[in-house]
Amino acid sequence: MTNKEEYDQIFIDCFSVEKSQLNAEFVYRCIHEWDSVGHMGMIAAIEEKFDIMMETDDIIDFDSYTKGMVILAKYGIAF
Amino acid sequence: MDFFDDIDVYGDLTAVITEDSEHISYKALLLAADALKKQLEGRCLVFSVCENSLESVIGYIGFLRAKAVPVLISDNTNLELFNGLLETYRPKYIWLPQYKAEMMENCSLVYRHGNYVLLKTSYDIDYLLHDDLALLLTTSGSTGSPKLVRLSYKNITSNADSIAEYLGITQADRPITTLPMSYTYGLSMINSHFLRGCPIILTNKTLMSKVFWELLKANNATTFGGVPYTYEMLKKLRFFRMELPSLKVLTQAGGKLSRTLSEEFAIFCQQKGIRFFVMYGQAEASPRMSYLPCEYAIEKAGSIGIAIPGGTFWLEDDIGHVIKNNDTVGELVYKGENVCMGYALNYADLCKGDENEGILKTGDMAKRDDDGFYYIVGRKKRFLKLFGNRVNLDEVEQLLKYAGYDCACAGEDDNLKIFVTSKENHEKIKCYISEQISINHAGFTIRYIETIPRSESGKALYYALK
Repeated sequence: MTNKEEYDQIFIDCFSVEKSQLNAEFVYRCIHEWDSVGHMGMIAAIEEKFDIMMETDDIIDFDSYTKGMVILAKYGIAF
Repeated sequence: MDFFDDIDVYGDLTAVITEDSEHISYKALLLAADALKKQLEGRCLVFSVCENSLESVIGYIGFLRAKAVPVLISDNTNLELFNGLLETYRPKYIWLPQYKAEMMENCSLVYRHGNYVLLKTSYDIDYLLHDDLALLLTTSGSTGSPKLVRLSYKNITSNADSIAEYLGITQADRPITTLPMSYTYGLSMINSHFLRGCPIILTNKTLMSKVFWELLKANNATTFGGVPYTYEMLKKLRFFRMELPSLKVLTQAGGKLSRTLSEEFAIFCQQKGIRFFVMYGQAEASPRMSYLPCEYAIEKAGSIGIAIPGGTFWLEDDIGHVIKNNDTVGELVYKGENVCMGYALNYADLCKGDENEGILKTGDMAKRDDDGFYYIVGRKKRFLKLFGNRVNLDEVEQLLKYAGYDCACAGEDDNLKIFVTSKENHEKIKCYISEQISINHAGFTIRYIETIPRSESGKALYYALK
């Protein structure tokens, strides 16, 4: 799988959504599943999959599907 | 003194700091609370939908001062459950955010303050509220059960006193909210800090929000609390590397924090000069029953500590005899003025007096060490905690049975396992339950099982579920 596919799959698994829902409008709290509990689960899955350790500010700033990709770029993950 | 009638003495001191960093004095808070109080026609039942906001607090204090009895309800409660509660309890008024008011049928607008409105319902029945009844709380984590905990004025004021005493709360403390006000732990933070004239920073933002940390820093918050899950999150957020010089007190309750995590936080707090309190309680005890004095946080990590000032603990064996020996497991029993009057299942129960006489059988199995510190080792009752919310396993089974699934629930804290005889719809089941009880679906695991193992009498054999 490409990085993009892995990234999408994490969202699909963590938030029980369809791939078609993943766009710029998919943001923190836009669905019931993406609350603080869901957020930490998603962050943990990303850290594990891409073998990185994110900084506090990045974990907190990671508030949308699109923003996430920008943040991950800082850790050398290209999309 | 108490934390609602007698706080006039704090006058111009700040009572509330809002998300917009507005400072509201005790005087201003009480003026607003009493203006709301004037709208009510005598002692009656009020549904109060809670946010961590100024309006929500004005309602709470106003209703207590008016001797009206509020039922504190989470703003997360879904409409169906809310309507069920309405029918069961038939309150005279509802105090709720404006945007939710539009969903209420057969109600008339009485009063407005900020973004909250007071609605009068059309329930036209007179029922009796017991003289001692102050407040009604849902048992945390609503599984749609209409069961409420009946708390007396003595319950809530004595518990606020005890908490303020053992935490050593002074006017220099400035707590920031991390837990919902409708949740007994969150509420007790508000009560005990108002009692001592502190400013409380009210926010609905979670630790996952930048705004939360900005508010904490800008207002020099000294105190916050969390359930075990909060502490896991804090660790994940690299809390140990954060610079938060104003922070002086951390409290933990709402479930058992693992020994390792407890120790890690205790050591960190000691280094930073933060007092770290592990505590134990239940909504039925208003809620606090014990605390681990912070000087023992490292040495006794994993313990729930000792009974709060004014309370007593003991352990009972299977037949209700007091266990005298240390290091012997038994049911933890608590005695104190903060033990609730009992439960209510509908409005007719609201006239009932005290059924517990100060004694609460906690349903938790515990032991005591030679120094008198208590340790929780398991549970007698069929419930577990998901992210700090108590979830009754039998009620989850009932919900799924209504939805047409044969199932049995087991698991541990933060992981409720649902065994179903259906091979399909696992994702759907997870979402359904998550929505019904308003808890993130990450707390549930669905497993297929061919048949639910049952005894001859038809009872599920939970130990056989793996």
